[in-house]
Amino acid sequence: MAFNRPDSNRRDHFTDAVFPSPFHARQNAHNQMRVWSRWSDYLSVPAYWCAEMEYFAGRNTCGVFDLTPMVKHRISGPDALPYMQRLMTRDVSKIKPGRVGYSVWCDDNGQVIDDGTIFHLEEGVYRICSQEHQIDWFLTNRLGFDVTVTEETHDVASLALQGPTSCAVLKDMGLGGIEQLTPFGMAWFDFEGTRLMVSRNGYTGDLGYELWIDPEHAEALWDRLFDAGEVRGIRAMGSDALDMLRIEAGFILAGQDFLPAMEAVRAGHTRSPFELGLAWLVHFDKGVFNGRAALLEEKEKGSRYRLVKLDIDGNKPARDSFVFTKDEKYAGTVTSAMWSPSAKASIALASLEMPHGEPGEELLVEIYYRRELKWNRVMAPARVVKDVFWDPPRRRQTPPADF
Amino acid sequence: MISDNSVIVVGGGHNGLVCAAYLAKAGRKVTVLEAGEQVGGLAATREFAPGFRASCAHLLYLLDAEISRELGLQSHGLEMASDGLRTIALAEDGQNLVIGSDNLDGAGLGDEDRAAWREYRRFMSKFAAVIGGLHNQVPPRIRQERGDLVALGKLALKIRMLGRDDMREFLRIAGINIYDVLQENFENPLLKGALSLDAVLGANSGPRSNNSVFTALHRMSGTGGHGTGAVALPIGGLGSVAEALAAAARQAGAEIRTGAAVERILTDGDRVGGVRLAGGEELAAATVVSNADPKTTILDLLGARHVEAGFAQRIVNFRARGNAAKLHLALDGLPEFRGVSAEQAGDRMVIAPTMEYVERAFNHSKYGEYSAQPVAEIIIPTVRDPGLAPAGKHVLSAVVQYAPRNLKQGWPEGKTAFTEVVMGLLARYAPAIREQTLAAELLTPEDIEREFRSAGGHWHHGELSLDQFLMLRPVPKAAQYRMPVEGLFLCGAGTHPGGGVMGSAGRNAARAVLAN
Ligand SMILES: Cc1cc2nc3c(=O)[nH]c(=O)nc-3n(C[C@H](O)[C@H](O)[C@H](O)COP(=O)(O)OP(=O)(O)OC[C@H]3O[C@@H](n4cnc5c(N)ncnc54)[C@H](O)[C@@H]3O)c2cc1C
Repeated sequence: MAFNRPDSNRRDHFTDAVFPSPFHARQNAHNQMRVWSRWSDYLSVPAYWCAEMEYFAGRNTCGVFDLTPMVKHRISGPDALPYMQRLMTRDVSKIKPGRVGYSVWCDDNGQVIDDGTIFHLEEGVYRICSQEHQIDWFLTNRLGFDVTVTEETHDVASLALQGPTSCAVLKDMGLGGIEQLTPFGMAWFDFEGTRLMVSRNGYTGDLGYELWIDPEHAEALWDRLFDAGEVRGIRAMGSDALDMLRIEAGFILAGQDFLPAMEAVRAGHTRSPFELGLAWLVHFDKGVFNGRAALLEEKEKGSRYRLVKLDIDGNKPARDSFVFTKDEKYAGTVTSAMWSPSAKASIALASLEMPHGEPGEELLVEIYYRRELKWNRVMAPARVVKDVFWDPPRRRQTPPADF
Repeated sequence: MISDNSVIVVGGGHNGLVCAAYLAKAGRKVTVLEAGEQVGGLAATREFAPGFRASCAHLLYLLDAEISRELGLQSHGLEMASDGLRTIALAEDGQNLVIGSDNLDGAGLGDEDRAAWREYRRFMSKFAAVIGGLHNQVPPRIRQERGDLVALGKLALKIRMLGRDDMREFLRIAGINIYDVLQENFENPLLKGALSLDAVLGANSGPRSNNSVFTALHRMSGTGGHGTGAVALPIGGLGSVAEALAAAARQAGAEIRTGAAVERILTDGDRVGGVRLAGGEELAAATVVSNADPKTTILDLLGARHVEAGFAQRIVNFRARGNAAKLHLALDGLPEFRGVSAEQAGDRMVIAPTMEYVERAFNHSKYGEYSAQPVAEIIIPTVRDPGLAPAGKHVLSAVVQYAPRNLKQGWPEGKTAFTEVVMGLLARYAPAIREQTLAAELLTPEDIEREFRSAGGHWHHGELSLDQFLMLRPVPKAAQYRMPVEGLFLCGAGTHPGGGVMGSAGRNAARAVLAN
């Protein structure tokens, strides 16, 4: 399938159904399962051959994940910073040029519209990556600011390279000095006549990088990575594996762990940053931002929900489970769950009604599972835990150890 | 250091002046900053040709009696030239109808129409009083808080107190269109035409637009003590109301500066800090109350970046596109309208021969065109108030519709042609009008927007409709006069209970400031 680059700012591009990613030919070659899914505007691979094995590559060697479908926006112009400050809940002035930061953005009711990563590409130029299409909201936010807001999803090809050998692979590929890149830093390299941007961040809670290049050089980048990574266990990784990695790392997913505010019809179905455990992303001292008044009020009056991490007895994944108190009163629901191979535990993210969810609280999780076609139900004891299930020191080390 | 006591009122329209007067009476240190050379805004009496004066808003029917009394407007010089103008529904052949407050005269009127008229007056006045009863209160919020619930309960009670049949009728017609209601009640086309005009004056709608019963009721909702819907003419034009208000405000200690255009409302962190004038002068104040319309206040003076994006968007979406133009003629003598006696020439005359005519006039504006056959509300104020023109000369003041703010061809181009259309219209009823005209001024909504600094040039600073009324005016979450920036308030026609020279918005805003 030939790669036809869609126009990011053609607002009707969705009428063209779904696009092959600029890495499609390479993905296709790796995709033994021949299964494709849709992620945003693109074809994506759930699992190339075995989700668990791809997961283990992410934890023990390194995995390559096609990030191109992630929706990307560019904010530039004299008012880029004030615009970002009003849009985001966090203090964006703390994200210096060449740095990356995670953030959420809210509506006027203080409910999370989406979360994403902010790349301060150069003074006054930002890229915002998000799970959902945000261009309408970002354009709405322009009023009163001298900024240019565009979507650039289709203009940038990108790969996540995640896992303990990722730094070594990049070094072997010829990215001199990459080991000096600190977490949430960005660096640029010449790559076959174009510029390759590398940022040290990811969605797996481990050592990892994201690579950003123009779509014309996508296949060359993939090939160079896999050439360099062969001896370090590099593997193509699908979205199923990535989902396991991110749950272990305690990262939330829009549409899974919270309902994006713009998609909600019913009151009470959305979540504020506080209710997602993201109080550290809310900075009241930076002036007005979307949701500020509502969040101040929430801070004073208390939240409705709390997103927690659960450590559940047994080994049955608690997908879609109800959570109860010890005396079997409703307390909330599980939003993401898995058997964690690294933590050797059944783990989950759950949204509980306040006042539940203090670390250490003992709860029950109602799990349905099937054994040899027979359905069983268990009320598994569970505990609210404070720390994420996967947080190795190498994630923060600079330079990372050479695996 | 700003004293917490200081208040700046941006704009010296009548609402700004009312607000200033009440705040000064309560001990606040008030400064009114009016961009124009005189106070009064849309109600100021201005000279439009040498020796000839008129006010843009030209009839007084909504001024709140309590405000008038509390601020002692009479003692500050407000006097009526007349307080019971009748309406003359003009017919091209001079077979006019005369509509008084409880009687109806004219050729071709059946007894049924006369009886229907009394009944129509009865229930419309009663319903208008329900709406009028809401004017002097800060709108309740839709929240589970006691004060708000009590206020909502009172509204429900007021409707219930209409009695079973009237309550049912009120609920049936409040949201529908005047065309259907008049059609149900009357036969005479000219009567229906004239009554339908009351429902659409200043509105971006025709008789068949829904919501037009509501605008008719709003127009009749005055608590002025002259009787519901009674129309008065102050000596010196409506500017006299503003002058009396300014005198009351000054007496209470307010300072009023004219020729002082505010360029920016300044913020100091989270809250308002004062204003900057066009010349660069900065004035500090802990409270800023804006008499400018909501769009001008939030988007231009404050700046959209100082409010949350959803709020800014709601302000953008606030419907505020004027559709009424204003004609002022300096006349050599008293014009003769067919069938209008010299004594009737001092009344209110309307050109709205049938409801279909009015609706057709409106149609054009939907497509960005002015009416080929406009409707008009005409007065010759100099019949009862000769001081507005040199001796022996006269002023004709007319609201002319429809003239959409966004004219397809653009107003600079359209204005001459539209003036011609309007003069042609008048000439069909007063054949000598062109010869008598010494000077003419036509204010299009674009002119009104520029001259009176009101975005959209709208009569009410923004469409007056059920979706932009009470707790929804100007937009949800800002209907209590308080803006999201601490210390910033609105007090003009864009807030509850809307426009017209009434004063209630100004007083309610003062209450909100004092309650803060
Ligand atoms: C054509 C027409 C005819 C009308 N006829 C009638 C009628 O017959 N009877 C009736 O009751 N109503 C009538 N109205 C409606 C009525 O005039 C208005 O609703 C009312 O006057 C609004 O009063 P206000 O004080 O709220 O605002 P305004 O009168 O608009 O006053 C706002 C003031 O703020 C000032 N201002 C704005 N921005 C700034 C700034 N940046 N710095 C300093 N000052 C600023 C303006 O100059 C203005 O003086 C008519 C309206 C129109 C357009």
